[in-house]
Amino acid sequence: MSFLFFKSIRTIFASNFTDLMKQLVCISKTPETTTQIKLSADHTSLDTNGVNYILNPYDEWYALVRALELKEQVGGTVTVINVGDATNDVVIRKALAIGADDAIRINTTPDSAMSVAKAIADASKSAAYDIIYCGKESIDYNGSQVGAMLAEYLDLPYINTVVKMELDGNTGTLTRDVEGGTETVSTQTPFVLSAAKGLAEQRIPNMRGIMMSKKKPLQVVEYSNEQNNTVVDEYQLPSGKSAIKMIDADNMDELVRLLQDEAKVL
Amino acid sequence: MVLVFVEHNNGNFKKTALEAMTYGKKTADALGVECKALTFGNNPAINSIGEYGASEILVVDSEHLSAFDSQVYSNTIADIAKANNASVIVTTHNSSGMGITGRLAIKLNAACGSGVNSLPVVSGSDLIVEKKIFSGKAISKVKLSGEVKVISVTGNTLPPEQTGSACPVTATDVSVDAPKVKVISHDKQSGGALPLPEAELVVSAGRGMKGPENWGIIEELAAALGATTACSRPVADTGWRPHHEHVGQTGVAIRPNLYIAAGISGAIQHLAGVNSSKCIVVINKDPEAPFFKAADYGVCADLFDVVPKLTAAIKKAKGN
Ligand SMILES: Cc1cc2nc3c(=O)[nH]c(=O)nc-3n(C[C@H](O)[C@H](O)[C@H](O)COP(=O)(O)OP(=O)(O)OC[C@H]3O[C@@H](n4cnc5c(N)ncnc54)[C@H](O)[C@@H]3O)c2cc1C
Ligand SMILES: Nc1ncnc2c1ncn2[C@@H]1O[C@H](COP(=O)(O)O)[C@@H](O)[C@H]1O
Repeated sequence: MSFLFFKSIRTIFASNFTDLMKQLVCISKTPETTTQIKLSADHTSLDTNGVNYILNPYDEWYALVRALELKEQVGGTVTVINVGDATNDVVIRKALAIGADDAIRINTTPDSAMSVAKAIADASKSAAYDIIYCGKESIDYNGSQVGAMLAEYLDLPYINTVVKMELDGNTGTLTRDVEGGTETVSTQTPFVLSAAKGLAEQRIPNMRGIMMSKKKPLQVVEYSNEQNNTVVDEYQLPSGKSAIKMIDADNMDELVRLLQDEAKVL
Repeated sequence: MVLVFVEHNNGNFKKTALEAMTYGKKTADALGVECKALTFGNNPAINSIGEYGASEILVVDSEHLSAFDSQVYSNTIADIAKANNASVIVTTHNSSGMGITGRLAIKLNAACGSGVNSLPVVSGSDLIVEKKIFSGKAISKVKLSGEVKVISVTGNTLPPEQTGSACPVTATDVSVDAPKVKVISHDKQSGGALPLPEAELVVSAGRGMKGPENWGIIEELAAALGATTACSRPVADTGWRPHHEHVGQTGVAIRPNLYIAAGISGAIQHLAGVNSSKCIVVINKDPEAPFFKAADYGVCADLFDVVPKLTAAIKKAKGN
């Protein structure tokens, strides 16, 4: 009883006497980092046979965990959202096992960053989230686009590559990576951020979390994408490195010569 | 018209901005159209961007643009792009580019190639650009269609080329909203070397160093080369080196001309961040280290012996 009372007082103070804080974390599914990439015979798609999938590390390790930490501090809810088909439910359940309260899956093909951002914007507009998290990038297509596009659809501030975030009432103080250092900014909720390494520490789901995740709500929303003006035409594998040249440890002059005359990088 | 958004610091352009300019100029030539630059904040020295192919530099000077806010920046770029009927907008794929490129694409209802690393191939009214995916393990050719295309260019995609001469500077009047994001402070990394994403020469070391107290030989090698230092993830995680040095899939992705790796095994997640380097030198005492498969030159020996010898050889070559 006293615990509950204490917690609600804190919650009220932290959220400036407004509603409970609502956080949304966009999560994507990516092939496991050691996956060998194979192409279909006609090079128009990837051969997904035998590929193991994981939650995108930026979404899982940094974005989701920071959202949970903040919830532990000020209360409210953490919802995760994914655009994709039912095969994504495994990674969505993992996010619930780590601690998210509920999940939304938008049942459509994530065929471009734009359609993913549009789908999430349409599904989240009416819910009025205070903070929306994306990862710095999805490690499969490495686009770093969804966050900026989502912020634009929602007409919200966007702070990318965030390594630190604190919230005081409605004011967020965020530190982001920029070339050669960091930059610290402040803005008011609601805002969108993209999470980079440093924002939080990875959490491993425990048995209880895994058991509870099965009972947490996962809402499936039907959606159809609009036509798209950015499409992948073809995939290629990088041309292999030419054979390595081994150089004797006592012949570093030769290595320097090769770097100057052959590789032309010095 | 091709519009290139370039950032400058008191009239100085970073190499990545000059690369974007050259990229825009070559794209404009391929399309047979004009190429203009857009920048924020006036300074007499900015007309030098004409040397890299701009026929005119459009300047918006507003206190609201003195610090970066993705919303205000992209609103302003979009207004200028519309007013000038730009068909291609080029940005740099750096920390500000990641904030504005996607926003611009939505505002302009444009196709969006983000993190591109090839010049576009013109195919009818479409542009086909290449980008690395799966951290360099594959390449995708992306077709951009529709009337407007936004392209953000990865660093080191092509060298800047001085083909023109100083160009006229035109002050442009557009209304700029007050930013909702306020910059409170900047923190520069210590050390005089170029930041990792911009460095052309990088010396990196891993757990083979045994401990942080041994890094002196790496710093000496980097100093002899004028290179920036980097490290593998466990080295940053255990606090041997600062986090901003961590390269790889979950750290910084780099593509320097030269990447020297000492005492790094070459795990696939490490390679993901460095395999676009032009030339890779690996120093490892284990002949089976996977990094040798991804390297151009290898030295299979004790790094504590090799690294000082390499430093001496570089000093000798530079002395000549
Ligand atoms: C999802 C995920 C993401 C990851 N992201 C990254 C990332 O972004 N970047 C990254 O680096 N790692 C990343 N990792 C970790 C990666 O898998 C490796 O564990 C890590 O790169 C190994 O670091 P290392 O090469 O320094 O250490 P080790 O693997 O321990 O290798 C040390 C090497 O030093 C050599 N050596 C030892 N002594 C000497 C000597 N005296 N002289 C010469 N050579 C010597 C050894 O032969 C060995 O090859 C990630 C892992 C996961 C699961
Ligand atoms: N299919 C998806 N569903 C939900 N979120 C996504 C999806 N794809 C990307 N995201 C989010 O957008 C971020 C950046 O992705 P990207 O623009 O693809 O690099 C990811 O880290 C996720 O947070």
